[in-house]
Amino acid sequence: MWLVIIQLKIGIILTFFSLLFAVASLAERKILARIQNRRGPNRVGPCGLFQPIADGIKMLIKEDVVPRKADRALHFLAPIVMVAPMVLLFGILPYGGGLTLVDLEVGLLFFFAVSSVSELAVFMAGWSSANKYSVFGAMRAIAQMVSYEVPLVLVAITPVMVAGSLSLVHMVEDQAGYAIGVIPNWFVLTPWGIVGFLLLFVTSLAEANRTPFDLPEGESELVAGHLTEYSGFKYALFFMGEYFGIFAGSGLAVALFLGGGGAPLPLLQWIPPYLWFFVKLVVLVGIVIWVRASLPRMRIDQLMDLCWKGLVPLAFVNLIAAAIWHYSGGGWQGWILAGGLLVGAYLMLNRVVLRSRCSWERKYYLAKS
Amino acid sequence: MERMASHYRKSGGRWLGSGILRGMGVTLKNWIGSYFDPSRLVTVCYPGERLPLPENSRSFPFLIYDGDDPEAGLRCVACRICEKECPPECIHIENERDENGKPRKRPAVFDIDISVCMSCQICVEVCPFDAIEMDQIYAISTNARFEPLRLHKEQLLKPNEYFRELSPTRSAAADARREAERAKQAKKKEAGKKG
Repeated sequence: MWLVIIQLKIGIILTFFSLLFAVASLAERKILARIQNRRGPNRVGPCGLFQPIADGIKMLIKEDVVPRKADRALHFLAPIVMVAPMVLLFGILPYGGGLTLVDLEVGLLFFFAVSSVSELAVFMAGWSSANKYSVFGAMRAIAQMVSYEVPLVLVAITPVMVAGSLSLVHMVEDQAGYAIGVIPNWFVLTPWGIVGFLLLFVTSLAEANRTPFDLPEGESELVAGHLTEYSGFKYALFFMGEYFGIFAGSGLAVALFLGGGGAPLPLLQWIPPYLWFFVKLVVLVGIVIWVRASLPRMRIDQLMDLCWKGLVPLAFVNLIAAAIWHYSGGGWQGWILAGGLLVGAYLMLNRVVLRSRCSWERKYYLAKS
Repeated sequence: MERMASHYRKSGGRWLGSGILRGMGVTLKNWIGSYFDPSRLVTVCYPGERLPLPENSRSFPFLIYDGDDPEAGLRCVACRICEKECPPECIHIENERDENGKPRKRPAVFDIDISVCMSCQICVEVCPFDAIEMDQIYAISTNARFEPLRLHKEQLLKPNEYFRELSPTRSAAADARREAERAKQAKKKEAGKKG
């Protein structure tokens, strides 16, 4: 009996995320088009709704090209290694309401351990393609993902400190309930929580290779990075792995900071928690698409600067702020102490960055500035 | 340096991240606006709907005939001025000949190779009979490189009504010119008869 239930749960979760993949790829094209004064796909089906199906069929029947000098085994394995861990990640997300598949005691650790396998897949893809663009793209991807793993983990530690557990389910339980009867006890509504949420969002964008951090695939300099030599269904798998990475990252953000399946108002508690979880996840995915439409790609040095000079120090300060919050027992003292620390850090960063920008002068040798 | 600093302040403001938020605001406004404000959604679904072309747009020349019968109403008299003036030499004309081999004032062959034509409109300007004019066709892909792009007389001939629709201003001017010419000829004939 329990086996059937587990299989049912797996079926529901996988179906949901596969459907979300189709919908998100369509929604991304539609929203991007609207933002750029275009109409987006509108040929297949009503309003282009069947475009993902057409894309899927196209990807399936496309020729699978493998370069002659490629390492065939690795080239074949890389897309699978990309998707498989992402699917594993869906298993530990705390959907709540009986849909949670596994409540791992070390859920967060498992999450980071498994999600970092995708870095291996990216490098397998780049290396096995035997193409300079692929290798360059993979090298950039590795540099980026390894660097951003640091602030990601540092930020994810803060809810662990406050909730006192690595289990995602426990963390969601810790955010249940409402202050003064209306405001949910989500971590995002604390000074360290809002900073932590923003940091987690930015770093998981970078982990998923999304704009503005998609320079491993920067087509202007690297063709398509590690995806250069992939076509057909293998390319589709990479695409899918990337989207699944976004979903998993958003799911982690929802679980750690947005209260998991908790309703934003006590009145709305009759809606089952997994629906709340999915609503929050979809909203986050929508923001990811919105960010892609708005922000330009960064340069590799800017990317590294942002990580090591911006996000890592901020994550450390946030860690201290969370500790202060925890030991001052929340409340107004916590707001003043932790909030003041974070605002001070922001002001200092603001000052440092703005001043360094302004004192930086370009020398023109040929043209008068 | 001072200029750069002030430029940065103007573009991004004094606060780190405010530029990002402002940019996201712009895109959000454009996205929501595209559902309500047609000026934010400027593209048309091309093969289905097309924007009207401006009157002065031009692509390749065509021949005008008056009335219903292309052969009878042909304005061209095969004077070959356009053939001589054409800079890339894309026009090819052969006169019609009577049984003695004497050339008639009609073209037997009038070909324009539009793969060579550069749409300069010089043929239109030099034609004394307003027989050749610029068309506005643009969806003209063919399945071969040479032969289908060499337009023959039958393909080039289009009625004057088509030209009136295409370009009311220029066709009105041409019609007026032709009317004046005809009146002048008639007067001359009258005078010749009297004399």
